[in-house]
Amino acid sequence: MATNTLTNHDTHAHDGHEHHDTGATTVFGFWIYLMSDLLIFGTLFATYAVLIPGVAGGPSGKDIFELPFVLWETALLLLSSFTYGMCVLAMNSGRVGQMKSWLLITFLLGAGFIGMELYEFHHLIVEGFGPDRSAFLSGFFALVGTHGLHVTFGLIWILVMLIQLSQKGITPVTRRRVLCLSLFWHFLDIVWICVFSFVYLMGAL
Amino acid sequence: MFGKLSWDSIPYHEPIIMGTVAVIAIVGAIVVGLVTYYRKWGYLWSEWITSVDHKKLGIMYYLVALVMLVRGFADAIMMRSQQALAAGGAEGFLPPHHYDQIFTAHGVIMIFFVATPMIIGLMNLVVPLQIGARDVAFPFLNNLSFWLFVGGVILVNLSLFIGEFAKTGWLSYPPLSGIIKSPDVGVDYWIWSLQLSGIGTTLTGVNFFVTIMKMRTKGMGLFQMPIFTWTALCANVIIIAAFPILTVTIALLTLDRYLGTHFFTMAAGGSQMMYVNLIWAWGHPEVYLLVLPAFGVYSEVVATFSRKPLFGYNAMVWATVAITGLSFVVWLHHFFTMGSGASVNTFFGIMTMIIAIPTGLKIFNWLFTMYRGSIEFSSPILWTLGFIITFSYGGVTGVMLAVPGANFVLHDTLFVVAHFHNVIIGGVVFAMLAGLTYWFPKAFGFKLNEAWGKCSFWCWLVGFFLAFTPLYILSFDGAARRMQSYANTDWQPLMIVAWFGAVLIMLGIVSTVIQMIVSVRDREKNLDVTGDPWDGRTLEWATSSPAPFYNFAKLPEASEIDSFWHDKQKHGANAHLSQGPYEDIHMPKNTVAGPVITLFATIMGFALVWHIWWLVIASGIGVFVSVMARVFNDDVDYYVPAAEVERIEREHQKRVEMQA
Repeated sequence: MATNTLTNHDTHAHDGHEHHDTGATTVFGFWIYLMSDLLIFGTLFATYAVLIPGVAGGPSGKDIFELPFVLWETALLLLSSFTYGMCVLAMNSGRVGQMKSWLLITFLLGAGFIGMELYEFHHLIVEGFGPDRSAFLSGFFALVGTHGLHVTFGLIWILVMLIQLSQKGITPVTRRRVLCLSLFWHFLDIVWICVFSFVYLMGAL
Repeated sequence: MFGKLSWDSIPYHEPIIMGTVAVIAIVGAIVVGLVTYYRKWGYLWSEWITSVDHKKLGIMYYLVALVMLVRGFADAIMMRSQQALAAGGAEGFLPPHHYDQIFTAHGVIMIFFVATPMIIGLMNLVVPLQIGARDVAFPFLNNLSFWLFVGGVILVNLSLFIGEFAKTGWLSYPPLSGIIKSPDVGVDYWIWSLQLSGIGTTLTGVNFFVTIMKMRTKGMGLFQMPIFTWTALCANVIIIAAFPILTVTIALLTLDRYLGTHFFTMAAGGSQMMYVNLIWAWGHPEVYLLVLPAFGVYSEVVATFSRKPLFGYNAMVWATVAITGLSFVVWLHHFFTMGSGASVNTFFGIMTMIIAIPTGLKIFNWLFTMYRGSIEFSSPILWTLGFIITFSYGGVTGVMLAVPGANFVLHDTLFVVAHFHNVIIGGVVFAMLAGLTYWFPKAFGFKLNEAWGKCSFWCWLVGFFLAFTPLYILSFDGAARRMQSYANTDWQPLMIVAWFGAVLIMLGIVSTVIQMIVSVRDREKNLDVTGDPWDGRTLEWATSSPAPFYNFAKLPEASEIDSFWHDKQKHGANAHLSQGPYEDIHMPKNTVAGPVITLFATIMGFALVWHIWWLVIASGIGVFVSVMARVFNDDVDYYVPAAEVERIEREHQKRVEMQA
């Protein structure tokens, strides 16, 4: 800006009506982003549904899905949503230490989920059932893989929040980010429930 | 080391391409030289490149889009010249592989890098002012969106002289765009330039949706919003809902090309018609994303220059909302010939025809707004009149195409080409030029030259009908689209007429360029001192021109539609000039994050095109680190002291008083 102005970080409270980048607007914007992201998954689900019959002589869902394995995977992710909820509760009562512990547990659960998913992918590829085997497998890897990429991104975000909470504690900015990450993490949980039911359960029938 | 890239990738042997490159290089060198000579790099960097000011971003969007309009038009006139020449065995001057790149580039550039950024640029410039806000909800994201769009522009233009562009048509249908039929880098340039700019567009959609929903000034409910803001809101809903589909579709095509998956392949269970469905599930809403804000521009222009409130505001809003919804349930009319059966085709045919109802309603609203108004025949209203006539023709041919039976005959003929140019030029381009004239004083503080504006209008209008009416006629004789040459010499006379139309349109573009130069030269004569040069109705005219970077010293109130107009009637033209005392104003700081993230992302796109994997990793790390640098930067905003606001406002008031 051409004008010479002073910087002022500490008076956000008297913001009044000029509300760019304050909490409520950002959280609302993040909701809108999530709706947009939901359409990414919606499109991938539709693609997958169209390609289910395209097994091209290769395996179908019934041949490759191992439900007990996926059930444990699912349990890890659902549990991580619970632990993230605990983190937000800790934030609301102002306990940074507890927050970080719950975040760390959430991270480990999420990493466990990703580890299991990578194991499953690796196992399939080694058996010759990689994404280039058939259209069905392409759709499967794209849908589940996109969810996995999202979770990986969430894991990076958790690490960032662990660092920022250590540096700054609970500030309006870190609070806002923890809330957005919370939306993101629960969102991925809901998407996974759809993946679990639609891809694995129905596929194993 | 450099993947597929080698010295052979540069098309030395193509005189047309090398000539273009030489011209671009010379113009580029002149611009760089002038900026250096006048020592303006610092100014450019701090006032424009890193700016988060929505008005400056809007201007930059428009500027880049205008440059790309010239590029896209150069493609257009080459196609028209080729078709004027290549009849009855003549080969013309463009070999097929070059001609195919040109029609692909023309479509991609005009839609993604001209029309869309112009719409977004106009939204940037106007929407926050119209709703009485000081900036957008996420100013940094706004800057990032702009630069990502520029990243896409850079990749498209790089394809001109390093490698080649896609030869597939603007939507790159597989299997033609698959790795077997298109093993070269053309489709990859298409993929990565669209992904970059598409991410930018999605961010813009979220940003402006939140801005409009959350940042309207006191008293402005949804049904007190100016109509352009309403159309922008609906356009953003379309962006949020449609662009993810494009992102996924292109990503899946990418997987097919890079990892050998089988989404759209002919073998192993893939389905190429799924691609066509997906891309049009995005593509049809996309054209409404373009045309709705265009309708908004005409609505503002027609009310202002008829000195009357817009006829049927509520009907206009609901028509806009209806079109937004309908835009998502008509995609299949782009490929009735897929053969999905009578019932499916009937459904989509009827849905498509229904769109004509809200659109027709709008046409009547504009006509009734003008009826018994005191119309001032300035160039914005000329564009509007030209639009009403041209767009009505386009609408009628659209309804013709919506009849599946007729569509089987007209599919992939020049009829389709003539139809969509009819609605896009008559609807979107005219609106963008009307909007340019209408809001130019708000951006720069002086009006554009009227004579050259009118000259541009007549060239475009007459040129359009000369260029595209012949195509309608030829299509009834079976002329296909995308012909590099044709055997039937009977078609040649009309092709020459069409070429002449294109030349007239070129004169229209030249007129706009001259208009800019003349207007800048004579700016002292056309100064907009009051900030309200047209006796406007909406809030963007309630602040000075150009608007101060904080937009409004005191946020205006809006209790009814056109409340600025009503205030002027009640309290006099200068009543809105703000009086002290002022308060400190909270503003976002400029940021280097947008340009830096985009720099790495663009390099990454280039490396992906050429399979230079080490560079993909390196630039990917660059993106990650620069995002993290932004995430860990808390110094993102500041306060403008009240005294500074007072100084700027006093200066404006002094100028207004001096003129009075």
